[in-house]
Amino acid sequence: MEPFKVTKGIVAPLDLPNVDTDQIIPKQFLKRIERTGFGQFLFFDWRFTKDGQPDKKFEMNAAPYQGASILITRANFGCGSSREHAPWALMDYGFRCIIAPSFADIFYNNCFKNGILPVRLSEAEVDTLFKEVRQAPGFKLTVDLEQEKIFSDNGLTFTIKIPSFQRTGLLNGLDDIAVTLAQEDKIRDFELKQLKVPTPLL
Amino acid sequence: MNTPKTLFQKIWDAHVVHEAPGKPSLIYIDRHLIHEVTSPQAFEGLRLAGRTVRRPELTFATMDHNVPTTDRALPIKDQTSLRQMEALSENCRTFGVTLFDLDSPHQGIIHVISPELGLTLPGLTVVCGDSHTSTHGAFGALAFGIGTSEVEHVLATQCLIQEKPKNFLIDIEGKRPQGVEAKDLILSIIGRIGTSGGAGSVLEFAGEAIRDLSMEERMTVCNMSIEAGARAGMIAPDEKTIEYIKNRMYAPVDFENAAEAWRKLPSDPGAVFDQSVQISAATLAPQVTWGTNPGQVISVDATVPSPTDFSDENDRKSAERALEYMGLKSGTPIESIEVDHVFIGSCTNSRIEDLRRVAHFVNGKKVSAKVHAMVVPGSQAVKKVAEEEGIDRILKEAGFDWRESGCSMCLAMNPDVLQPGDRCASTSNRNFEGRQGAGARTHLVSPVMAAAAALEGHFVDIRQSGQVL
Ligand code: SF4
Repeated sequence: MEPFKVTKGIVAPLDLPNVDTDQIIPKQFLKRIERTGFGQFLFFDWRFTKDGQPDKKFEMNAAPYQGASILITRANFGCGSSREHAPWALMDYGFRCIIAPSFADIFYNNCFKNGILPVRLSEAEVDTLFKEVRQAPGFKLTVDLEQEKIFSDNGLTFTIKIPSFQRTGLLNGLDDIAVTLAQEDKIRDFELKQLKVPTPLL
Repeated sequence: MNTPKTLFQKIWDAHVVHEAPGKPSLIYIDRHLIHEVTSPQAFEGLRLAGRTVRRPELTFATMDHNVPTTDRALPIKDQTSLRQMEALSENCRTFGVTLFDLDSPHQGIIHVISPELGLTLPGLTVVCGDSHTSTHGAFGALAFGIGTSEVEHVLATQCLIQEKPKNFLIDIEGKRPQGVEAKDLILSIIGRIGTSGGAGSVLEFAGEAIRDLSMEERMTVCNMSIEAGARAGMIAPDEKTIEYIKNRMYAPVDFENAAEAWRKLPSDPGAVFDQSVQISAATLAPQVTWGTNPGQVISVDATVPSPTDFSDENDRKSAERALEYMGLKSGTPIESIEVDHVFIGSCTNSRIEDLRRVAHFVNGKKVSAKVHAMVVPGSQAVKKVAEEEGIDRILKEAGFDWRESGCSMCLAMNPDVLQPGDRCASTSNRNFEGRQGAGARTHLVSPVMAAAAALEGHFVDIRQSGQVL
């Protein structure tokens, strides 16, 4: 996995609560057997009109937000399905960091496993960011995972708190499976113990 | 004396492989269920890293999401779907995983077949790359959905790295009134606590109304725990649970001993939950969702709410958008909303008891001429029993379209898709924008409510029909 230390980029707004995984990547695009190539379908039903043209009504489509790598959005982002195609699509489109007041559990976890940093800020802080972005479309933020800080060139600073296990994983681009396989002796002990239980449940 | 523990705590503690302060725990997984959509990339990952499946005998696979529900003898037209199904077959062969494929008499929606086969048992940890894995909690198992990276992790290690969730008690006291189905219980709960009310928690459903439910009804309740944002939902095992499992294909050989162990699983008296809520079953009515998330739900005898009914800014915005998408005006009586499609199916409501109730309700009547109504049994096994009992005949005579098993119009990934503007009464679990087809409008209801809507062409309060079981 690609490590995440510091990223600086354009912030794109998605001013909706409860954005679900069906919106992030509609199901008709889940049929690939690879992890890549999903970015073109991100927010598909919102981004494009019926005849396949970019929909002007969708804020993120505006010119200043092209090439954005940070997404700000509202509460409960990523609710719904466990599909990892959602973070794959966000990543493939170019997002490395998503800022929201809250995230759905499975989605939050899935982000870390794919090199995306999900950041929880308070409603008020997110409001501030929406205001900044709208005042100056193309507005940039720097997200520093090492320092656990987010800041802008015009002096805004936010302290962020990322669970330490996930933070270490992301900073080093660690592969969870390798981390677990290093505990082989513990897994084997557990399996032996489980086999000895008088009523094996398995 | 040991400290009293909840059902969840007992299962969690029995599965911790390793824990260290300040870090997520490593927990052991007893059952891993996989399907064609969320597993190909996991197997690809294993191959690239030169890894194997640690305990292939604990992983079980089927194809459900993408499969056509028309005649199985016909060739599959959608080449990309076919590619996913072929990839699953190939991966199961290579890695030694048991697969119930399209031709198997055990094929069906993964969350329907695992309990049918006796793979879902009390006290187990069960995971699947699908959020509705929470269904299996109905047996007193700790069951939750995972992403594809985690699927790969379980394949390689039979373990998962997990933050210990909180534990939330939902106590539903009293008896359900007539016409109020398991689906209405869970929709009411979600309406009450909200779509993120269960975030970070494992829900335990308890109380008389829950104990009274059959195993299939308990699955309906646990199935939708995820729609309340919960990690999982569970119900304490009891004699009904044990009876259900007895003689199933994969039931434990030493059944009596296993059953003894299961009887020790329910939460101890005095066990502490992080949060709890009480709901009185007697106050509940049949539910219909009016919006685009399962929390936007109301009783059938009410009217479509107005955004101004909500004090929270986000809820208000959400409601405004939902009403626009759904093409509804506030103040409209729910019963006057007309539907043109009815879908009875999905891992929430496609089991034999659901179909029996529907057949009982529609027997001798006709589906409205304006409505296309479809019934998709959850599994080949459900379909077989239904056909033996003549349920298919009753439904077909009433004008329902009777299909082969699969996820079908629950997520409309196969050819069963609605058109923009179509309005559907659906027994599935998600009414998100576009879930059943771009621009299509979904109302979640119980199976009998869906059947009634099919007959009348609009929602009806089934309590008035004098005909509910
Ligand atoms: S029936 Fe629907 S919710 Fe259930 S597993 Fe299939 S797609 Fe998911």
